Amino acid sequence: MEPFTTLTAVAAPLLRDNIDTDAIIPSREMRTVSKKGLAAGLFSGWRYAAIGSRDPDPDFVLNDPAYAGAQILVTGANFGCGSSREHAVWALAEYGFRAIIAPSFNPIFRGNCVANGVVPAVLPGSLVEKMAAGLAAGPGRTLTVDLVAQRIDGPAQESHRFQIDPESRDALLAGADPIDQTLRLIRDIRAFIDVDRKTRSWAYPKG
Amino acid sequence: MSRTIFDKIWDQHRIKQMPGGADLILIDRVLLHERTGGVALKSLIERGRAVLAPERAFAVMDHIVDTFPGRTDRTTMPTGTDFIRATREAARITGIRLFDLDDPAQGIVHVISPELGIVLPGTTLICPDSHTCSQGALGALAWGIGSTEAEHALATSTLRVNRPKTMRVRIDGRLASGVTAKDLALALLGRFGVGGGAGHVVEYAGSAVEALDIEGRLTLCNMATEFGAFSAIIAPDEAIFAYLEGRPFAPSGACWGAAVRAWRELSSDEDAAFDTELAFDAAGVAPMVSWGTSPQLVVPIDGAVPDPTDPGPGSIESRTRALAYMDLAPGTKLAGLPVDAAFIGSCTNSRLSDLRRAAAILEGRKVAPGVKAICVPGSTRVKRQAEAEGLHEVFLEAGFEWRESGCSMCFFAGGESFGAHERVISSTNRNFESRQGPGTRTHIASPETVAASAVAGVIADPREAVR
Repeated sequence: MEPFTTLTAVAAPLLRDNIDTDAIIPSREMRTVSKKGLAAGLFSGWRYAAIGSRDPDPDFVLNDPAYAGAQILVTGANFGCGSSREHAVWALAEYGFRAIIAPSFNPIFRGNCVANGVVPAVLPGSLVEKMAAGLAAGPGRTLTVDLVAQRIDGPAQESHRFQIDPESRDALLAGADPIDQTLRLIRDIRAFIDVDRKTRSWAYPKG
Repeated sequence: MSRTIFDKIWDQHRIKQMPGGADLILIDRVLLHERTGGVALKSLIERGRAVLAPERAFAVMDHIVDTFPGRTDRTTMPTGTDFIRATREAARITGIRLFDLDDPAQGIVHVISPELGIVLPGTTLICPDSHTCSQGALGALAWGIGSTEAEHALATSTLRVNRPKTMRVRIDGRLASGVTAKDLALALLGRFGVGGGAGHVVEYAGSAVEALDIEGRLTLCNMATEFGAFSAIIAPDEAIFAYLEGRPFAPSGACWGAAVRAWRELSSDEDAAFDTELAFDAAGVAPMVSWGTSPQLVVPIDGAVPDPTDPGPGSIESRTRALAYMDLAPGTKLAGLPVDAAFIGSCTNSRLSDLRRAAAILEGRKVAPGVKAICVPGSTRVKRQAEAEGLHEVFLEAGFEWRESGCSMCFFAGGESFGAHERVISSTNRNFESRQGPGTRTHIASPETVAASAVAGVIADPREAVR
């Protein structure tokens, strides 16, 4: 996974509450047993003129050429609610998004972001609204997400500290594979299980 | 120090604290299904990693399998066969027990896990599925994750998790006749919103929760993910222990006694402190039905579609958008709204008691002309039990289709679906845009409301249909 430190990129506003993972990547777009090939299905229910078609709906924000190459999404509360499908983050990441700014995230979706090097940055709703309005007023404007300083900087020298839990921040900065990291603790894990198996034998099915 | 049930389970499973502040938590059970589990197993195999404890991991086919009688690996969903076969192959390679299509134990993962005694009080259980919180109904700490975290749990028997906050939702009072756990779950969402449980493990407690049977508790906990919660949990009682005794994967012999002794210690201590406490009166709950495209957009069944500019959950913009999608106008009564289809199924409401209550309404009645009505039992076992009781005949004679078990049309995966602009009354958990089909308009409600509405051809109050 690519480490994330700081990113300056075009930011796209999509200010709707409760955008669910069915909207981010409809189940019908998850066609292969793979983490790849999902970008074309991103927001497909909104992005294309009709379901099943690939004709862009000109009213959808990402179809505005000014947002081409957008890597930051500014969006509404409870983003990523619904199904746990990690395909939602795989689709966002494959499309190019590396940071999502919202007043709140669904917890499973937030975990999936971190697992894939995408920064889930939390800012107060009033700030997000202002930020989205500013971006909509000047399509193609950039923001800077600085994970080291934990700040988001806008074009008019405005700068806001965002919320992210330290565990997620460390993981994103390091870009390390969490499974490899945890496997370094395998002795501790096995020792814990050996003791646990004695105290809670009932929790271990007879293999 | 006094502890909540969550604290007790967490502390027992905490291996160590990580530098970032998260805890390394032992995971007792990993459950997988072919939709999101197959890709996790495949990725694990491709990276040359083994499953640390295959005897504590289980896989099942439920999400994209067809539910037509006589089904095979071939699916209505264009590439569903690939998911089925990849999962089967990966389970074989990794040595994980798979409940395949033809297995009598097959069914929706959150239905079969309690049936088989896989989920146990006091255990930690994860599944790459948001409705894993259902299983907290048995006193387990069970939560949904993504595929990458599932790989982590398979490879290490652990997850790194930030300790969630604790919330107790105390629900007292008696549910009125014809009002169910589903209505309670929807009423809670209407009152506290889809962010109401954010950051918390929600313990449902109080006399109304204790009075729910096990299947009702599963329904209540099921929708904790819609509540934005980390998970939900209910203190296990003697009814849970009796339910689990003798189930295939439940402890037996001397282990059984030790298990029950441990489980009796799980309940939150009398004076345990919660980060957040909410109270709710069950007595005031009516049968609920959703009108919008978020499960918080609900009203009592005798209510009307609210004006989006009135105070309510979510933004005015999102409620306005929901109205347009659902083709509804403020002030429209929900009861009496014509429906094109009726669906009974899903991990929320497809268990035997759900089917019994729906059948009690359908007995001797017919589905209204032009209404497509489908019942999908939650597991093969539920289906067989229902058939042994003759419930299938009630559904079939009423005009319902009677299917094989699976998640079915709770969501549209590219195969079978309801039609564009069709209005569906559904016992499922999500009314998102296009969830049940492209442009389909979903109203979520209890199974008895679905049954009553199927008969009436319009959204109908089940209390008027109960005999």
